[in-house]
Amino acid sequence: MKTKAKHLQVTIDRFDGESHYQTTHEVPTRDNQTVLDVVTWIQQHDDPTLSYRFACRVGMCGSCAMNINGEPKWSCRTHVNKVVDSGLKLTISPLRNMPILRDLSVDMTQFFDKWTQAVGYFVPTKTKDDPLPAILPDSRDRAKANQSIECINCGICYSACDVVAANDAYLGPAALNRAWTLMNDERDGGSKERLEAVSSDAGCHNCHSQHGCSTYCPNLLAPATSIAGLKRQTLLNVLPWGSRDD
Amino acid sequence: MIDARLYLLQRLTAIAMLPLIATHLILMIFAINGGLTAEEILGRTQGSIGWALFYGSFVLFAAVHGAIGFRTILYEWFIPNSRVCSIASIALLITLIGLGLRAVYAVTL
Amino acid sequence: MMMKHRSHPLWKAFVVHRISGLALALFLPIHFIVLGLALEGAESLNSALRFSELPFVKAAEVFLVLLLAVHLLGGIRILILELTQLSWDQRALSRSAFGLSVAIAGIFLWSAV
Repeated sequence: MKTKAKHLQVTIDRFDGESHYQTTHEVPTRDNQTVLDVVTWIQQHDDPTLSYRFACRVGMCGSCAMNINGEPKWSCRTHVNKVVDSGLKLTISPLRNMPILRDLSVDMTQFFDKWTQAVGYFVPTKTKDDPLPAILPDSRDRAKANQSIECINCGICYSACDVVAANDAYLGPAALNRAWTLMNDERDGGSKERLEAVSSDAGCHNCHSQHGCSTYCPNLLAPATSIAGLKRQTLLNVLPWGSRDD
Repeated sequence: MIDARLYLLQRLTAIAMLPLIATHLILMIFAINGGLTAEEILGRTQGSIGWALFYGSFVLFAAVHGAIGFRTILYEWFIPNSRVCSIASIALLITLIGLGLRAVYAVTL
Repeated sequence: MMMKHRSHPLWKAFVVHRISGLALALFLPIHFIVLGLALEGAESLNSALRFSELPFVKAAEVFLVLLLAVHLLGGIRILILELTQLSWDQRALSRSAFGLSVAIAGIFLWSAV
């Protein structure tokens, strides 16, 4: 590629705890360079105060998500040559919908609190002395749970969601997707309180099916489809002729 | 903002309106042909209990459906205050039902 | 703020659905008031209907038919997504809904002139 020996023009949205500002950086291009490589280069060679988060560098941990040219992505799995054009301009900003701690690091407390609020945790029905239930891999519920089980809490869907942006209380796609996974877990006993939680005025019915979550999920999950499932499930509970009240 | 109860109400009114809107669209396409006159409209609707029920239920469904949607839009785009949005939404509901039923009365009686 | 995260078909479908719904809800009071003129006799309704023969009012009518059709068909798409287990391609459905709505508005225009 002819990008060799050229420089990227990188603009980063910064926050120092008090004021918001932008910094620009010239970063030498490399082959197979990722956006995480770019911010790391900036921190090591240009501005050591630049704050950002990462851990695994290979798309396992979900901590390096940021807005890259206006789209939420994992910086570690985003190749520079996939997101910049011939102008070599790169704009990086923190994830939306979460308070910024510093520069590209956001406070994910509320994001995780909402998982708990949505009863996004397993509610056991048996003790360790009971035999393990046999769940067939091709059973209907297992197949449904399978579609949404690989979430690693990176916050990309939450950042992509305009309903979260408009309504601070909305539980958001990640928490609701997790709730839907548990609704399809035969071993789980929390469906009653979970359906109640996701039927509240912060719950799944606020979703307008904009599909930002499903569009941007790096693990190719479909939170919007999970939320639609929750909507059906809650209605089955509300309607007098509804079934499945377990 | 919107809970299961309001969501259900909005979806049920939506489903109820599907045949009504389809009929309304088809009727408009035929009625507009050659221009609209009061005599033509009233000749079709006046004294008809069927049309009174059709448009009467249409008004009620549309008012409920529209008021719930209006409340959400108001909250998400303009005034993030549930109380204010609920009051504005109920005002729209009452306006739509009042003016709507008056219009149905006017053309079917 | 950059809004590139909105540049996908289903976000646009959402906006079309929302704007059309809002516009229809705000148009309805006018619609009802005009029809209510029949209370004062056929002549007052006729004078309002003559006003609707003006080209820009006629254009507005065609646009309202488009709004109603797009809200109806877009609504059917949403009902399919939310209330059924059919996993039809939502993007294709939203494109078809829009195309069909334009066709319906076109038929209305053809019938009106």
